[in-house]
Amino acid sequence: MTEKSTIYLDYASTTPVDPRVASKMMEYLTPDGEFGNPASRSHRYGWKADDAVEEARSHVANLVNADPREIVWTSGATEADNLAVKGVARFYKSKGNHIITSKIEHKAVLDPCRQLEREGFEVTYLEPNEFGIIQPGQVKEAIKESTILVSLMHINNELGTLNDLQSIGEITRESGVFFHVDAAQSTGKVEIDLSTLPVDLMSFSAHKTYGPKGIGALFVRRKPRVRIEALIHGGGHERGMRSGTLAPHQIVGMGEAFRIAKLEMTKDHEMIAKYHEKFLDEAMKIEHVYINGDLKNKVPNILNMSFNFVEGESLIMGLKDIAVSSGSACTSASLEPSYVLRALGRKDELAHSSIRFSFGRFTKQSDVDKTLSILNNVVDRLRELSPLWEMHLDGIDLDTVTWNTH
Amino acid sequence: MAYSKKVVDKFENTLNDPKAFNVGRFDPKEENVGTGMVGAPACGDVMKLQIKCEPSGNTHVIKDVKFKTYGCGSAIASSSELVDMLIGKTLEEAKAIKNKEIVDALELPPIKIHCSVLAEDSIKQAIEDYESKQ
Repeated sequence: MTEKSTIYLDYASTTPVDPRVASKMMEYLTPDGEFGNPASRSHRYGWKADDAVEEARSHVANLVNADPREIVWTSGATEADNLAVKGVARFYKSKGNHIITSKIEHKAVLDPCRQLEREGFEVTYLEPNEFGIIQPGQVKEAIKESTILVSLMHINNELGTLNDLQSIGEITRESGVFFHVDAAQSTGKVEIDLSTLPVDLMSFSAHKTYGPKGIGALFVRRKPRVRIEALIHGGGHERGMRSGTLAPHQIVGMGEAFRIAKLEMTKDHEMIAKYHEKFLDEAMKIEHVYINGDLKNKVPNILNMSFNFVEGESLIMGLKDIAVSSGSACTSASLEPSYVLRALGRKDELAHSSIRFSFGRFTKQSDVDKTLSILNNVVDRLRELSPLWEMHLDGIDLDTVTWNTH
Repeated sequence: MAYSKKVVDKFENTLNDPKAFNVGRFDPKEENVGTGMVGAPACGDVMKLQIKCEPSGNTHVIKDVKFKTYGCGSAIASSSELVDMLIGKTLEEAKAIKNKEIVDALELPPIKIHCSVLAEDSIKQAIEDYESKQ
């Protein structure tokens, strides 16, 4: 077990399963529970499991105001993104070979796009503005005769900023281009109404919304109809779009998590917005702190900040009692700052010094207070250690220094 | 990622008691001070190392060291480790320090070896600066 003294502020990475969800999942595993295969049509074990799967499908559909028949179960948002992007591209390739996405999409969209490029498709990667937002006008400009699909995320996972789905969707509709949205970060955070939103495909994840890992869904619109080529074949489950025995305990978990999200979204939002305000107020008192993203157009559960003159990974190591994530991928083999922050035009050193704090349903006021006090202290100490801070205090403009790069 | 306990301890000890771990600065203009600064903010690490030396026989001995490092945990730990190795050494002995010694002392993972290279470069540069003043 993780030491309980570690404060968890990485909800945008994953959330714990809500205990109410976990207990519901337990009913679908053991001999005394409903463990049947939902595809078994010949006995009650199968029927019961199928009932549970369909009820869960309704809960997922209900949260986003879709028809349950438009929900396809997948192993997670990554598979849903793959299925949407590759599925549409391959099905409609006789219509065109051009896809539009952005430079700050999740890898679950970018990597399938790279794969499609290898298969002969052409991909346009739109540049976000300095706040991480794609302007509808950019989409309009990028659409051409051969465009078949636009894939953009709703809420950016590193920044929390929101794209204007309504305006972008109106443009894609007008041009007869399909519009896919990765909404992994959205469920339970903002209202989504797919009965009016002009979006054709939307990816969901359970584990960002207090459900289990390993389950997600893809919304595939029926009217106007969208068709996709399956990635996984073997039995024709999910109307041929995704074969494989369904996992009722996972599905029920996602259903229950989304049912609760619908009921508690307002309450969660109010509490988290309060934490966000307090955190922002206090953290901004530290000198040379920069917000990455757009405070006027973002969700309160994600707050990405750069602490100038302090390197992100050392800051994370200093914040050892707090679980947060760094925009700087110095923790990986690449030694590159976040591609998302880079795409915003942030200087590399600011991209190297960014931290993402994300709050959630189980965050307590005391977590926020304690984090702020530790953060203040660690930033101070690391600056005392930082030659860049010393130069800054001496009045040296770091942009004019010639560095001995190695 | 899996840092060795040695890196974590060195980093934390340095952070918690900077003075005891030679964090600080000398006046770079002083004749008996040599300064080396390597790395770049855009690469995510900058090390500044200063040595204060005294003549001793036909060579010079490092009497005191100060450093400041901007960088990941292992960059800070590498500088701090290097400082421990320097005090009391002659310039010749200090020049002979190889990054491998820091890698071994801290059990640095392969992707962090550049931190030790940077530390080796910083002492070379500091000695060069010192010698140019003599």
